[in-house]
Amino acid sequence: MKTKLTALVVTTALVAPAAMAQEMTIVSWGGAYSKSQLRAYHEPYTAKTGVSIINDDSSAEAVAKLRAMDEAGNVTWDVVDVVAADAIRLCDEGLAMEIDADTMLAAAPDGTPASEDFGDLLVSDCFIPQIVYSTAFGYRTDLVGDTAPTEICAVFDTDAYPGKRSLEKRPINNMEWALLCDGVAKSDVYDVLATPEGQDKALAKLDTIKDDVIWWSAGADTPQLLADGEVVMGSTYNGRLFSVIEEQKQPVAMLWDAQVFDLDGWIIPAGLSDERKAQALDYIMFATDTQRLADQAKYISYGPARKSSAPLVGKHADMGIEMAPHMPTDPENAKNTFLYNYEFWADYRDDIDAKFQAWLAK
Amino acid sequence: MAETGNHDAFVEFKRVQKSYDGEILVVKDLNLSLPRGEFLTMLGPSGSGKTTCLMMLAGFETATHGEILLGGTSINNIPPHKRGIGMVFQNYALFPHMTVAENLSFPLEVRKLGKSEREAKVKRALDMVQMGEFGGRRPAQLSGGQQQRIALARALVFEPELVLMDEPLGALDKQLREHMQFEITRLAHELGITTVYVTHDQTEALTMSDRVAVFDDGRIQQLAPPDQLYEEPENSFVAQFIGENNTLEGVVTSISGDTCVIKLDNGDEIDAKPINVSKVGERTKVSIRPERVEFNKDRLNPKAHTLKAKVIEFIYMGDIFRFRLSVAGNDDFVVKTRNAPDAIKLQAGQDIEIGWLPQDCRALDA
Amino acid sequence: MSDATQPDTAKAGPVLAADGTPLKRSLARSLRVQKMRAMALIAPLLIFVLVSFIIPIGSMLFRSVENGMVEQTLPLTVVELQAWDASTGELPDEPLYAAFVADMVIAIDAKRHTRLGTRMNYEKTGMSSLFRKSGRQIKKLDPATDGPFKDQLIEIDKKWGEHETWSVIKTHSVAITNGYFLNAIDMQRTPDGAQAQPEDKRILITLFKRTLIMSMIITCSCIALAYPAAWLLANLPARSANMLMILVLLPFWTSLLVRTSAWKVMLQQQGVINDVLVWLGMVSDASRLVLINNQTGTIIAMTHILLPFMILPMYSVMRTIQPTYLRAAKSMGATNWTAFWRVYFPLSVPGIGAGSILVFILSIGYYITPEIVGGTKGVFISNRIAYHISSSLNWGLAAALGTILLAVVLILYWAYDKIVGIDNVKLG
Repeated sequence: MKTKLTALVVTTALVAPAAMAQEMTIVSWGGAYSKSQLRAYHEPYTAKTGVSIINDDSSAEAVAKLRAMDEAGNVTWDVVDVVAADAIRLCDEGLAMEIDADTMLAAAPDGTPASEDFGDLLVSDCFIPQIVYSTAFGYRTDLVGDTAPTEICAVFDTDAYPGKRSLEKRPINNMEWALLCDGVAKSDVYDVLATPEGQDKALAKLDTIKDDVIWWSAGADTPQLLADGEVVMGSTYNGRLFSVIEEQKQPVAMLWDAQVFDLDGWIIPAGLSDERKAQALDYIMFATDTQRLADQAKYISYGPARKSSAPLVGKHADMGIEMAPHMPTDPENAKNTFLYNYEFWADYRDDIDAKFQAWLAK
Repeated sequence: MAETGNHDAFVEFKRVQKSYDGEILVVKDLNLSLPRGEFLTMLGPSGSGKTTCLMMLAGFETATHGEILLGGTSINNIPPHKRGIGMVFQNYALFPHMTVAENLSFPLEVRKLGKSEREAKVKRALDMVQMGEFGGRRPAQLSGGQQQRIALARALVFEPELVLMDEPLGALDKQLREHMQFEITRLAHELGITTVYVTHDQTEALTMSDRVAVFDDGRIQQLAPPDQLYEEPENSFVAQFIGENNTLEGVVTSISGDTCVIKLDNGDEIDAKPINVSKVGERTKVSIRPERVEFNKDRLNPKAHTLKAKVIEFIYMGDIFRFRLSVAGNDDFVVKTRNAPDAIKLQAGQDIEIGWLPQDCRALDA
Repeated sequence: MSDATQPDTAKAGPVLAADGTPLKRSLARSLRVQKMRAMALIAPLLIFVLVSFIIPIGSMLFRSVENGMVEQTLPLTVVELQAWDASTGELPDEPLYAAFVADMVIAIDAKRHTRLGTRMNYEKTGMSSLFRKSGRQIKKLDPATDGPFKDQLIEIDKKWGEHETWSVIKTHSVAITNGYFLNAIDMQRTPDGAQAQPEDKRILITLFKRTLIMSMIITCSCIALAYPAAWLLANLPARSANMLMILVLLPFWTSLLVRTSAWKVMLQQQGVINDVLVWLGMVSDASRLVLINNQTGTIIAMTHILLPFMILPMYSVMRTIQPTYLRAAKSMGATNWTAFWRVYFPLSVPGIGAGSILVFILSIGYYITPEIVGGTKGVFISNRIAYHISSSLNWGLAAALGTILLAVVLILYWAYDKIVGIDNVKLG
């Protein structure tokens, strides 16, 4: 019996690497974003390897679900698309696998190792960056009067721009913008925000527009509010605004100022079987190479996370418009930007969020 | 049938019609009047319109046509709660969330009586139905007969002049029902209230009422005191509906004053009293009560017609004997005799001759 | 039993069946098969309830006090911390630092130290990065040879030289903690015992109160709207009642998100209701009503969504109220109103009770609708629970909040039983 079992194990071990699983589950955000991934990554990958890919639109709850799966001892996901902050969280929780960029990710066409090509964007040991997006403001061109807003503090200027504005129902980004418009220098924002006084200062600034704010919690809210004319301006992901402006042709324009750069990318759940891990890594190696990242920008206005991909960004696959000017990374748009401070928010999120929610409820 | 426009009448229906759907009349041209203090029963099969009449009187249904008078004034447009009519419902309709005393007190509270007066009246009403010590109970804690008494007391507690009862004893077993029949009539007469009582049980109707209105097909078929109704049915429906009855069919061959001769379908001839027949050759149904059939030839008029009969079955019922005979092709001809010392016990299969006094055999409509 | 037979039975012992076995055993055997069959029939349900309800609730209760992580991650340190007297204001001595490094090296190897950092960060801001950053340095140390560690650690991060860092770890090193419950009621566990949270972080009590008050308002508005509808349903002829019933059930067949989003379109300032009001001239274009993203929005949308849960029990109770009760009352001289109020209404109270309990308990735990239409003032405690489950990953706090919510429901249920009587609840 025992020998039989050993034999079985040996055979499986030998056979496994050759015959990889023919199916994998990839988790993402759904909507236009998943569609861009489908066309840029999944379809070519399936064509190349024959592995069929199951989409699961659970990224919004990915952290909690992964933790629950881990506790139940049954992780059913192979690759998960999450924002960088969630990747850090998952990494801290031991729920995501650590990635060695240079051995596990493809080098640039010119041979630059992945770690250099991604550079600073490798914000966590477990995170494989995919796109750079930004949280920016859009405004109704027909509701702002003669002078269109050009800088972020227009959000706080209810005299010049009366009407409602929509902001995300969380402290991140809002607190930074509040401090910026309260006269804090960009380089000092996080130092100030680390102090209780600084937090009060930010909330006090937000207080001046509190009655004029509609708070959103889903990325689709602001585009809808803008389209309905419910708000005069609002923050959301730049890709969503692109679709309101270019695809739906709504009277909406971008306010490219102090937009907050954020990253979205992949993680591989910790504790996968060797077979599935190999499969996931194979997919990642393919899907995050220079060409593939550039391809995704054909379908959605998010910038590729590799430096080497930027020159390859072309026109929108369906509308034929040049995508570069719509990228948050375009030099014209990126004159004044903010990079999400992951380290800061990982530490301060619990504390500031409690204060922010208490302030909201007041 | 009672005449219309009777000025002594306490309750009066004048040419009342009722239709629910605008196509079928459930009550067809009803005229009825009853004097103060009368116990009138509306008797009839289900769907005959008796309950509808009661509900129109109570005010829960409106008459499609005609007028209903109470104490000489039209109540067509008076809502039920202003009519001051006591009512006992088939399922008693005791309020389950109130105690017995609260149930009884309800009509008094609505009439804004003082507390002490209410209590006195409730007590008196409960004593009246021998339920004095049950005031604190809930209806669900009482037996069917007890609930019945409470329902009666509740309908009487505010001293209405008219009480309506809609098959109030239908849910009780036979013994209790008989007892309650007696109780109800006793109370009604003691208190001198006018009662309209609806039932489909003819025994109940006969034993309780001053007069009975037999309903069928939306009309009153006969309105008469119980004895008259039983002994002198005016049409074959009433004859069939009230009590046990033997029917034979045939054609009138001669009429002379009080008697007529009927030729039955099998050719035999019998004597009868013409009620709904007026000329020779008319078809008729004759009705003979089982206890009026005679098979002791000595007691019959020598000239009387007799019929040949065959005994099919003999049933011993204690106080009476019951025979089923085959007479003129009718195998369900029933005869009853008293269990007297000299009673004749017929055997099944025996051939006999039967006859009756002409006045006991009524020639009715066909 | 007569006196004569008594000694007989006493002597004979238990009654015997025909084959001589005791009757009781015989009976038990014959019933066993039946019992087994009954058990087998309900077993799937029993297992389902156990797995999907009892166990999760038990695990929630446990999680709200469970705090074994500190002890498991830093076993040696926790022992040393017991010996350290935080009240002196002095930093711990070298043995504790050595124990800490020894623990950390193992924890880093197992990648557990960052989890602990996240856990401690709920209590003190900055712990998350302290553990993560220090981990990269401590990894290089060898606990056996590289000591002493106190200065080295303070060199790695000056926070290791701060008294508060250690006292926070000590305070939260117990395996069973009341910390989550204290947090759930806007308090915190400190070395000096339970203390109130700073005022600018108090939010949960407010949310609990708001949840209860709004749930009551929603329940009341459901009663007001459902009562006439249920009455109509119970009194219409069957055909029209069925039609109406379909209308009542219609919301059940539509996705919750769709319904809630539809309310957004209806209620927003450029929405249908405001447009109509402006068109009718009842409201000026400049002062359109704010009907959404506030409590009004939550109340309107949730009343609509929960209405069937009120109508159905009311309807099934009202259907059993015989119309003769009303007739009887009227025949006794009661006006329509008195007949309704004294007779019909009291009889329909069990339906109101059942519906209210249902609606109240459902609304107290509602999450999606307040999230979408509630804005800031119309969100419930469950939105905060959801936040702690899915965003902050503070499941201990979420469990404590959930436990309190469960307790509140049970207390209200008990109070309802005391005041109205639970027998007075009927679903039909």
